[in-house]
Amino acid sequence: MSFKLFELMLWAAGYTVVLSAISIVIGLTIGLCVCAAKLARSRALSIPATVFISFFRGVPLLVQLLLIYNLLPAIGISVPSVVAAVIGLSLCTAAYQAENLRGGFNSVPKGLLEAADMVGLSPWQQLKRIRAPIALRLTLPALVNEAILILKASSLISVVGVIELTRMAQNLSASTYRPLLFYSVAGGLYLVICWTVAGGGALAERLTRTSRA
Amino acid sequence: MSSTAPTRTPHANSPEPHAATAPAVAVKGVGKTFGATEVLKGIDLTVPAGATTCLIGPSGSGKSTLLRCIAFLEEATKGTITIKGDPLGFAEAANGQRTRLSPQNIRSVRSRIGMVFQQFNLWPHMTALGNVCEALVTVRKMKRKEAEERGMAQLSRVGLEHRATHYPSELSGGQQQRVAIARALALDPEILLFDEPTASLDPELTGEVLNVMRDLAGSGMTLLVVTHEIGFAATVGESIAFLDHGRLLLNGTPREVFGEPRHPRLAQFLETYLDRGAATLL
Repeated sequence: MSFKLFELMLWAAGYTVVLSAISIVIGLTIGLCVCAAKLARSRALSIPATVFISFFRGVPLLVQLLLIYNLLPAIGISVPSVVAAVIGLSLCTAAYQAENLRGGFNSVPKGLLEAADMVGLSPWQQLKRIRAPIALRLTLPALVNEAILILKASSLISVVGVIELTRMAQNLSASTYRPLLFYSVAGGLYLVICWTVAGGGALAERLTRTSRA
Repeated sequence: MSSTAPTRTPHANSPEPHAATAPAVAVKGVGKTFGATEVLKGIDLTVPAGATTCLIGPSGSGKSTLLRCIAFLEEATKGTITIKGDPLGFAEAANGQRTRLSPQNIRSVRSRIGMVFQQFNLWPHMTALGNVCEALVTVRKMKRKEAEERGMAQLSRVGLEHRATHYPSELSGGQQQRVAIARALALDPEILLFDEPTASLDPELTGEVLNVMRDLAGSGMTLLVVTHEIGFAATVGESIAFLDHGRLLLNGTPREVFGEPRHPRLAQFLETYLDRGAATLL
């Protein structure tokens, strides 16, 4: 494989990382909102959240991507395929992240909030100072896991014509007749990316750990 | 009129002009039901200021529920509770109608109460000092440095200044509970409530917590303690309240409550302590 072709693969890997990162950040933001809605006492908020989660967890990502890619032009919104892909990835991961976050928030022991109540922290201060920091620490491993899943699932956006790492490997193996080589390189690059994310997650867990034991 | 009330914050709904002479806590006709279960069946109890009152009774007698009502962590379904004359949570009109007070009023009356829990409930992501200083900075808007000085003073009061930078997970149960006491003390409460503070501790660690509580009792603070430590109640308590099946059965000095002749229900309850040798302290 010439250096030129390897450079193309690296560029595509970078594109995969960027698109996944954008989707994870957007997804986490939407996920937080969906989680808040699901935890709300008002059913007008919690029922739509439940519907959102069950749809995006229940329909395969591939189908979601094809749906969004074809739906947007059908309702008169024309967007580049990469935008449709990012929307699909974001909404899908938002559903999972909302559930991860909900698990974290529900695992904060009630007594810790009663203690906060007794020293006079307002509900908002409790959220900011006690609930959210503890819930996010509890959720961190699951969020890193979700990030890795999205990185790998991003290979599916090749079906809507986005040239990311998998699609690049496909194109190059078609034009060079060396599929084994290019798919091995693609697999290796995915592996390196995911190891890096997992390592970053482990570091973050160590930095936020509240004991030196 | 209100100038006689030694309150730190103005209380809009203060019906008693002579709060200085009012008891620390006055519980009147308090009832509490959870679903169909009646846990408290009309409790009348006066907690004197500047003294230690111990709430004792068998499991399920309602003593913890009563304490939690006084902390407003549970809302009594009937009756009223006043803190130094100021109604907590609900105000009662002359016709017996209860109205809920504003959240600001509730927070202001409640800020005069400190609470120590059975499970310590320290925030695990903050150091011992962080736990003690949190409300000083977040609620009382104290400067970080000033709050830390005050926090350190409270930690040394419970003998833990050398553990200030430790996280709760690095402390023993007894140390965690002492940090929790320091956290409550930092806000300078008028009344300190203890909900079975030693019940989740090894017998070996119970002593260090009870010693801190003894010191507090000796300093003239108002303590209200739900406890199974009968020895502590008998020796430190100046007023004993014995609850059974949601009713206040006995209320008086340790001599009055524990002395002969004993109420048959109390005698039966104390029997359970005989094998632990605590009854010999009485």
